[in-house]
Amino acid sequence: MSEGHSTYTPKTGIERWFDARMPLPRMVYDSFIAYPVPRNLNYAWTFGGILAIMLVAQILTGIVLAMHYTADTNLAFGSVEKIMRDVNSGWLLRYLHSNGASFFFVAVYIHIFRGLYYGSYKAPRELLWILGCIIYLLMMATGFMGYVLPWGQMSFWGATVITGFFSAIPLVGDWIQQLLLGGFAVDNPTLNRFFALHYLLPFMIAGVVVLHVWALHVVGQSNPTGIEVKSKTDTVAFTPYATIKDAFGMIVFLFVFAYFVFYLPNFLGHPDNYTVANPLKTPAHIVPEWYFLPFYAILRAITFNIGPINSKLGGVLCMFGAIVMLFLVPWLDTSKVRSAVYRPWYKLFFWLFVADAILLGWLGSQPAEGSFVFMAQMATLFYFAFFLVVLPVLGLIETPRRLPNSITEAVLEKNKGAGGGHPAGANAAPETKG
Amino acid sequence: MSATDTQDPNRRDFLYVATGMAAVVGAGAVAWPFIDQMRPDASTLALASVEVDVSSLTPGMSLIVKWRGKPVVVRNRTEQEMKDGEAVNLADLKDPIARNANLPADAPATDANRTTPGKEAWMVMVQVCTHLGCIPLGQEGDFGGWFCPCHGSVYDTAGRIRKGPAPENMAVPVFKFISDTKILIG
Repeated sequence: MSEGHSTYTPKTGIERWFDARMPLPRMVYDSFIAYPVPRNLNYAWTFGGILAIMLVAQILTGIVLAMHYTADTNLAFGSVEKIMRDVNSGWLLRYLHSNGASFFFVAVYIHIFRGLYYGSYKAPRELLWILGCIIYLLMMATGFMGYVLPWGQMSFWGATVITGFFSAIPLVGDWIQQLLLGGFAVDNPTLNRFFALHYLLPFMIAGVVVLHVWALHVVGQSNPTGIEVKSKTDTVAFTPYATIKDAFGMIVFLFVFAYFVFYLPNFLGHPDNYTVANPLKTPAHIVPEWYFLPFYAILRAITFNIGPINSKLGGVLCMFGAIVMLFLVPWLDTSKVRSAVYRPWYKLFFWLFVADAILLGWLGSQPAEGSFVFMAQMATLFYFAFFLVVLPVLGLIETPRRLPNSITEAVLEKNKGAGGGHPAGANAAPETKG
Repeated sequence: MSATDTQDPNRRDFLYVATGMAAVVGAGAVAWPFIDQMRPDASTLALASVEVDVSSLTPGMSLIVKWRGKPVVVRNRTEQEMKDGEAVNLADLKDPIARNANLPADAPATDANRTTPGKEAWMVMVQVCTHLGCIPLGQEGDFGGWFCPCHGSVYDTAGRIRKGPAPENMAVPVFKFISDTKILIG
């Protein structure tokens, strides 16, 4: 928070010395101890903290893995197997890193769906939301390039397909694709630059996270009611309240993460990636990592030309368009009410959208044949309709429920147990949302 | 802004613009090597051509050679495959252009134009799906030609796109028969 609100009083001589020269302790105190958070935050709000530790964990495991990895098409696959078999604790570090990427995405999807459900993107939090979308984009680039490094069959063909997107761009597409690959096909130059970028991007993510948290601390957190904080009684101090709640959320999340690392380490991967890359043979069925599957389904759904746009470019445009939609959400949603708790129709469409996203993910994992193609086309249509039709129109025609006057009122009403104006579902297992 | 700014451009304005332009050009000149280094390097660009001995291929057999990092299929087509390819009405094709590097860019995608004169049984083709670069599987799919497992593109016996997201027929590279049993690709 700005220094005008600071309640920090240095107690010892060392603290006073620092405070006069570089007030870092003051910043930490104001941001993570005295910082006021809405008193009604539920467990869906713990995923910001969970994402922060996942980023740190990925950077730590990634740096040590890089000490044993060799980015060369002849050696990469073997060096990963060496990490698994020869390097002390290498298997653990690699499983932590590969499953960590998956759980990073689990957390970010819950975080994004939480934002969509509670309307966290609405003014004045548009920039906060957009910074989050940029982090998500950087995460996708990092995840994709990391998956290429083990140089298995899925690494190679995933890289071929994804860099192939760029060849769809008219006129300059092939030039850009060759620029990315450093050749005419995925090969040693590609692997080398992906390794360099895979090492760089997490630090760029960390940089944007700083901006994300900065923006958050300027506008303050939203909350399940979507009503702005109006008085001191609406908030509690970050420490101990949010700290403990976040810590508990992290422990539960890490528990599930550890279960996968130790008992299902390859469940989220693909067996074909334990076959060394072969540029002359495409696996029978290429799938990207699970966290890209909905977008992959959208890409494959466009099998027809749309006027001058051929099916390939159309698919690529729809796939990137699906992500662009997220950036536009603050302006597509016309409702003045933030939270879905008070928007009965939006709540319905939100859950339909979640179901649609999961359906798209499942379709992305299936072969692009027969009725799957038609289903993917319908699901893609709904995906875009949700953003381009439902969000703008609902805000104009929906009658929201009565909003409480303040967060405090909402909390007291709920704790009284008076059924009155309290909408069902507001506190229904929010940690499972998304 | 002071009143003097409303006058015609003076020497100072010129200096501002010239300095700014020099900075832009300088920034561009510094940025270019960083982009340039990403392009295919000299060793990658060194064009290789490959000679293929096809004497062992009886009708219905194919072989695959690697050319510029990509697989090129050489297929000795069966009578039936050639008939199927010739029977196709050009209006039914998603991509009506031959995509044959040995022919003019606008040659229509007839079965003959996908091959080379006198050797119509032989398909020589970069076996890379024109969608996103996977390797289609031979002799599969609804048209008896190629089927791409990645995104479901279906090609006919002349490697022409018939169904699915791929926009173009598979490319026919520059090639020629240097003898009855030898093909030079590239």
